[in-house]
Amino acid sequence: MTTVEERSTMPQERESNPAANAADRPIGYGRIQRKEDPRFVRGKGRYLDDIVLPGMLHGAILRSPMAHARLVSIDTTEALAHPKVHAVITGKDLEGLNLAWAPTLSADTMAVLATDKVRFQGQEVAFVVAEDRYSARDALELIDVEYEELPVVIDARRALEPGTAVIRDDKEGKTDNHIFDWEAGDKAETDAVFARAAVVVSEEVVYPRVHPAPMETCGAIADYDPIDGKLTLYETTQAPHAHRTLYAMVAGIPEHKIRIIAGDIGGGFGNKVGIYPGYVCAVVGSIVTGKPVKWVEDRSENLMSTSFARDYIMKGEVAATKDGKILAVRTHVLADHGAFNATAQPTKYPAGFFSIFTGSYDLEAAHCSVTGVYTNKAPGGVAYACSFRVTEAVYLVERMVDVLAQKLEMDPAELRLKNFIRPEQFPYKNKTGWEYDSGDYEPALRMCMEQIGYADLRREQEEKRARGELMGIGVSFFTETVGAGPRKHMDIVGLGMADGAEVRVHPTGKAVVRLSVQTQGQGHETTFAQIVAEELGIPPEDIEVVHGDTDQTPFGLGTYGSRSTPVSGGAVALAARKVRDKAKAIAAAMLETRPEDLDWEKGRFFVKGDPSAAKTIQEVALGAHGTVALPDGIDGNLDAEVTYDPPNLTFPFGAYICVVDIDPGTGKVKVRRFVAVDDCGTRINPMIVEGQIHGGLADGVGMALMEFIGFDEQGNCLGGSFMDYLIPTAMEVPDWETGYTVTPSPHHPIGAKGIGESATVGSPPAVVNAVVDALAPFGVTHMDMPCTPARVWEAMQGRPTPPI
Amino acid sequence: MQVTMTVNGTEVTRDVEPRLLLVHFLRDTLRLTGTHWGCDTSNCGTCVVLVDGEPVKSCTALAAMTDGHDVRTVEGMARNGTLDPVQQGFMEEHGLQCGFCTPGMMLTARALLDRNPDPDEGEIREAISGQICRCTGYATIVRSVQWAAAHPAAATTEQEVTT
Repeated sequence: MTTVEERSTMPQERESNPAANAADRPIGYGRIQRKEDPRFVRGKGRYLDDIVLPGMLHGAILRSPMAHARLVSIDTTEALAHPKVHAVITGKDLEGLNLAWAPTLSADTMAVLATDKVRFQGQEVAFVVAEDRYSARDALELIDVEYEELPVVIDARRALEPGTAVIRDDKEGKTDNHIFDWEAGDKAETDAVFARAAVVVSEEVVYPRVHPAPMETCGAIADYDPIDGKLTLYETTQAPHAHRTLYAMVAGIPEHKIRIIAGDIGGGFGNKVGIYPGYVCAVVGSIVTGKPVKWVEDRSENLMSTSFARDYIMKGEVAATKDGKILAVRTHVLADHGAFNATAQPTKYPAGFFSIFTGSYDLEAAHCSVTGVYTNKAPGGVAYACSFRVTEAVYLVERMVDVLAQKLEMDPAELRLKNFIRPEQFPYKNKTGWEYDSGDYEPALRMCMEQIGYADLRREQEEKRARGELMGIGVSFFTETVGAGPRKHMDIVGLGMADGAEVRVHPTGKAVVRLSVQTQGQGHETTFAQIVAEELGIPPEDIEVVHGDTDQTPFGLGTYGSRSTPVSGGAVALAARKVRDKAKAIAAAMLETRPEDLDWEKGRFFVKGDPSAAKTIQEVALGAHGTVALPDGIDGNLDAEVTYDPPNLTFPFGAYICVVDIDPGTGKVKVRRFVAVDDCGTRINPMIVEGQIHGGLADGVGMALMEFIGFDEQGNCLGGSFMDYLIPTAMEVPDWETGYTVTPSPHHPIGAKGIGESATVGSPPAVVNAVVDALAPFGVTHMDMPCTPARVWEAMQGRPTPPI
Repeated sequence: MQVTMTVNGTEVTRDVEPRLLLVHFLRDTLRLTGTHWGCDTSNCGTCVVLVDGEPVKSCTALAAMTDGHDVRTVEGMARNGTLDPVQQGFMEEHGLQCGFCTPGMMLTARALLDRNPDPDEGEIREAISGQICRCTGYATIVRSVQWAAAHPAAATTEQEVTT
């Protein structure tokens, strides 16, 4: 057994309390079925488009067919004459309300409905409100828009060339397409290490534009009550509280008069963090018509206009000794942000947490610089389980380590083992300023190698190569950076990234937990019930988890960046412990003893040395609300609320190995096996943890082999439907093999680090490294994603080309 | 125009626009919202329902095309409060996360098991290959269907109850 021993910081024993556990399932951590599943398997989920309000109207958006054009005129006469149309709203109308432009999450502005120009294909131009969804679509055809075409900027490499069309001429004095320059690390020190290094490798590594494409598209239902001035807004959102505050700031509706309700969300993956023009239009539509207005985008609208991911062009360099000690890494990145800088990330981090590109290695120096540019593409960039750009960082460093291994003719696994940060170096401060909380990397990689039979696979590969068969083995080792974040460093539009949580135990010993974070499939209703169960000994089925309604839950920033368990999980555990402390004082009063004379075992307090003198948490709950004479300073309830400001981020990690076979005739890549060993610290529900990993692994195979949002020279989106944007089915992915180690976070209340995005971050380089490994006999040192058959075949002919 | 069909064992007759898609007929007209809509192009399969026992993508079928046919949706899987073994299997093996693709996946699995009660992994993967799940990576869906194949008893009980 190679599982790392859990450290003494771990809370409580893991075994369930046999006395309180009649059924064969844990009270607390462990594998239990999900509380949310019974409604989903019966088709009784409550997704946005399932909601019908009395008198509800339907909205539809007219979008630009052009990537860059001046708006000459919009004629809505015919559309307004449609018998079922109630309103047609254009940018001009919104200008009158000061809503034509809205602030983005990155201190930029974005058009809600175009007024002067359209800046990407699919941009919102007009909004129709009609009696049903078909009529709303019909009316779009009746709107006549005249455009005057402008030159388009599609290649980020050319966005800053002199004479290039200026996309954001709405910004006063703007004469180019530059957004920002940002850097981290010590440039001089890094350059000095490179200058004296015996070996330097470099490669241009493109992480192409992809899309989170959740199965449920984005949508909203706005219901504005003109009498009491209250806006109820049903939304597909991962961040209900942040949205409420932003609407209050932008639309001028007082915050207490806004209620955001996010019901069941059909997948998010970062696609549902931002506020999209359709949401704002639904609000305006409801105010204008006096009726609820539903807007749900179709799949093409989702792929063409909502938050894309990645689009980083990275020049990666590694300096090393001849025997494979990595000394330094450096990179310059060109970041394509599309037409509006609307990335959702902490304010001080315009490139997200990309500077974690030092990876899992102990280096002497590192430096990165990132330049953000505007292009005529949809805005976004931070999405698709990227952990604020850790995906790009991990892909770059893990690809470059393999480039180095190939150059040095070293085994890529051995090269990684040689350079890992050692366990005794944690907490480890890297060269770009991050403090890794805990890690023990070598056992994870060794477990992964053992599980897949690494040595045997290398022998098999050698035999196959001799026969001309193409087999590749790809290794990747990642360190994630999640749980944003400490409010002194991290905010989104000024809102600190701490989360509130509330635990209430009712008189009969049942409980309710109120969360600010929002599940999109991660199983919060189960996991958070288990956290409380572990702390209080109340069975998870006796704990109701309330989330997704700003009128019923405390403030917090939402679910993205794998932050729910690291941040809200900390808040819930601490709130439950406050309840337990209070319960102890009440139990002491009930047992006519002092609190310090009581011991706790999961679910009950008992007098030290006399286990029969005991009160269960349920008995204490009734006592708290009953007639027990309460100690001084204890009021008559069993409730607590905590806002948790995490002291640091958490740093989950993992070792992945992928085996591919490539058809030499067609270039088709088949993923034969994939072993993932993850360490997310404390595992609350192993079934849910594994599920999160599986999903991310499929993402990685998808991005590595299939998924791609491309554009032609006119700026037409070439990934605008599921016929063009290819997502893996059950046929393209293997049966995942997983393992785990447990290295708890030393600073987190329950030692949990988060797992939602680890596999999406860690798996793409494993697949691409396997493909490049398979193609090594052709002299291939690098190829960019997606490794489609045609592109692999080209690489085999000695013509690997970047996708963009 | 008027359409008449059997939905989950009950005959329904409604006046509809000829262009009305089956998915919208089920969701908006009959308010059976367990059938989801995901792509418009027959690629994602969140809208799969069974028409005469065969999986059909209801976003690419007109309500008029199912006139006179037998339609089964996720709401018709459990009978008399007893879950179909496929539904039970999805809960046992964590075959769902966000739940959006789940109804279509389960109905396809039901159709597979009806014609092949003991499918191997490859047959299950092929059966669901017309459908996309973004959450699970499919392995647990495969295991869910295998669980259902290994536990057909619940279905037997259910049939006994309904007949």
